[in-house]
Amino acid sequence: MNLMMTFAVALRALRVNALRSVLTMLGIIIGVAAVITTVAIGAGAQDRVSAQIANLGTNIITVFNGSTNQGGVQQGSGTQISLSLGDAAAINAEVPGVAAVAPTIRSTVQVVAGNLNWSAPTLGTSAGFFTARNWDVEQGRLFTEDEARRAGKVAVLGVTVAANLFPDGDAVGQYVRLARVPFEVIGILQKKGQNTFGQDQDDIAVIPIETAKTRVSGRLSRGRPDAVQQIMIKVDDGADMKQVEADLSELLRQRHRIQPNQPDDFVIRNLSELLATREASQRILSLLLLAVAAVSLVVGGIGIMNIMLVSVTERTREIGLRMAVGARRKDILVQFLVEAVTLSLIGGAIGIAIGLAASAIIAHFAGWPTLVKPDSLILSFVFAGAVGVFFGFYPARKAARLDPIVALRYE
Amino acid sequence: MAAGDSLITVRNLTREYHLGGGLVRALRGVSLQIGRGEFVAVMGPSGSGKSTFMNLVGCLDRPTAGDFHLDGADIAALDSDALAGIRGRKVGFVFQSFNLLARTSAIENVEVPLLYANVPAAERHARALKTLAAVGLGERGHHHPSQLSGGQQQRVAIARALVNDPVLLLADEPTGALDSRTGVEIMAIFQDMNRRGITVVLVTHEADIARYAERIISFRDGLVVADERVKNRLDAAVQLAALDAAGGTMESAA
Repeated sequence: MNLMMTFAVALRALRVNALRSVLTMLGIIIGVAAVITTVAIGAGAQDRVSAQIANLGTNIITVFNGSTNQGGVQQGSGTQISLSLGDAAAINAEVPGVAAVAPTIRSTVQVVAGNLNWSAPTLGTSAGFFTARNWDVEQGRLFTEDEARRAGKVAVLGVTVAANLFPDGDAVGQYVRLARVPFEVIGILQKKGQNTFGQDQDDIAVIPIETAKTRVSGRLSRGRPDAVQQIMIKVDDGADMKQVEADLSELLRQRHRIQPNQPDDFVIRNLSELLATREASQRILSLLLLAVAAVSLVVGGIGIMNIMLVSVTERTREIGLRMAVGARRKDILVQFLVEAVTLSLIGGAIGIAIGLAASAIIAHFAGWPTLVKPDSLILSFVFAGAVGVFFGFYPARKAARLDPIVALRYE
Repeated sequence: MAAGDSLITVRNLTREYHLGGGLVRALRGVSLQIGRGEFVAVMGPSGSGKSTFMNLVGCLDRPTAGDFHLDGADIAALDSDALAGIRGRKVGFVFQSFNLLARTSAIENVEVPLLYANVPAAERHARALKTLAAVGLGERGHHHPSQLSGGQQQRVAIARALVNDPVLLLADEPTGALDSRTGVEIMAIFQDMNRRGITVVLVTHEADIARYAERIISFRDGLVVADERVKNRLDAAVQLAALDAAGGTMESAA
């Protein structure tokens, strides 16, 4: 008997007990659907993280103000204002391997243009910011280092801000007022979209840091006129990030006159490390889910074995008869094995369909990005088939080893 | 009879097996020949060894000792796959309880032996239909066993036994589950097939049924105790005509 005929016989046998067959497949269906969906969610998240890293640049180091310790209670990061414009200049001048330095002051102010207004995060920074973030204009131009130093009243707007204030799209050359100070809009930034944390990166107005300090944000710290919130540093391609971080730390400790036994009054963060950590935890999560899915597949396999054993017992006389009319032991073995594999493969196919649907539904309603990888489809289908072979073999062998005389008279 | 005409030749056939710690000697040295085209009834009480003899002749079992030749081939030396091949090509089985596949049409039931003989689908279908017609079930090919009477189910089983053109038809109490008239109808089919050249070996404990055969072999305690030709052999067609003439309106249930 060839394989096609065996397959047809198997399908017949499964159709005779359609409900039981479907219930038997359930374990495999759930297992495969779970594999497809979790892999899709994991891959989607990973894909977004990689896109973020590419967007931000992998070679960005950010220095934050440190935390203060008041009577033993550690305050939040940034409570101790220690970073200054001088630090930024020193980093630029003294740390090797630094491509661009951007000190920043961020505050949210009302931006007004004509009769429209918009509450926008306003970033005061140097021209190095655009280099560090690898961010160019869509229209107009960026402000120059010279304009930044002279506290020029020029602004570069993100597309969200521009769209809200200038619905007609003619922002460049117009004037906006930030905290009642008029600024000329000299450029519109390229669209960046959401960042990893779901914030709209295009909802921003970028102005020279000197202007922000004196005209818009006000002083961060009494007695520290040149204080800044963060210093963003772009490292040269090919430079050793760890070495740059060590040099930075060394320089800042020196400038802040920190004794060797005192803790830093600043925090150095490497964005790609942060994202890599997120990615790693996501990977562990999807590994756990995969393990659950694998357990479900094994349970599904045990279900198949159980039903196949019942089937062999129920059909003992049929097996005897098939042997009497010329079936060899191998024919019986293959028939029951094909039946088990057919169960698991149909279950696998249904599971793939449900997994694809579930991925699409999750992407649509929960807003998580999902990415269905073709190799996960093939892998889970093959795995389902392997489960069928593994758990179908014992019942099939039991059937093939029946004595035809006993089987024919089985009641 | 001449050795060349012999379909079944057994010499000193012995079959022993262990059951519950004891040794059962089911056959204790049986020697006989059955010629090509014979219609033989095998009789004997239960435990006489007739079923064991049937299993051996049907190649479902192998003897502990002794020779067995079927259609010129030495069967005692074959392995289980080769025995399966012999069963598929040379032997047709008919059982007391029909052993049809449930929820499977008559045609598909008849096709089962052809599946294992690797006959293509179209030819399988044609041969199954032809064989069903030969046993008088031409129009019922698509009925499932549950939609057929006992006599019709046994006819499907006979068609299944005949579809591979076997040289030997082995029937184990084929009328045991049927009423007497239907039993005679089944005997009529067997006699018809026998006239067409198929050797029939029929196991029965009913003396009336055995009289449709031309030779009766009686077993007792694992040995042949009688082997005689039937005097006043019954012709099933004549018996059926007589039953009809007697006003019996009892037809086999449709």
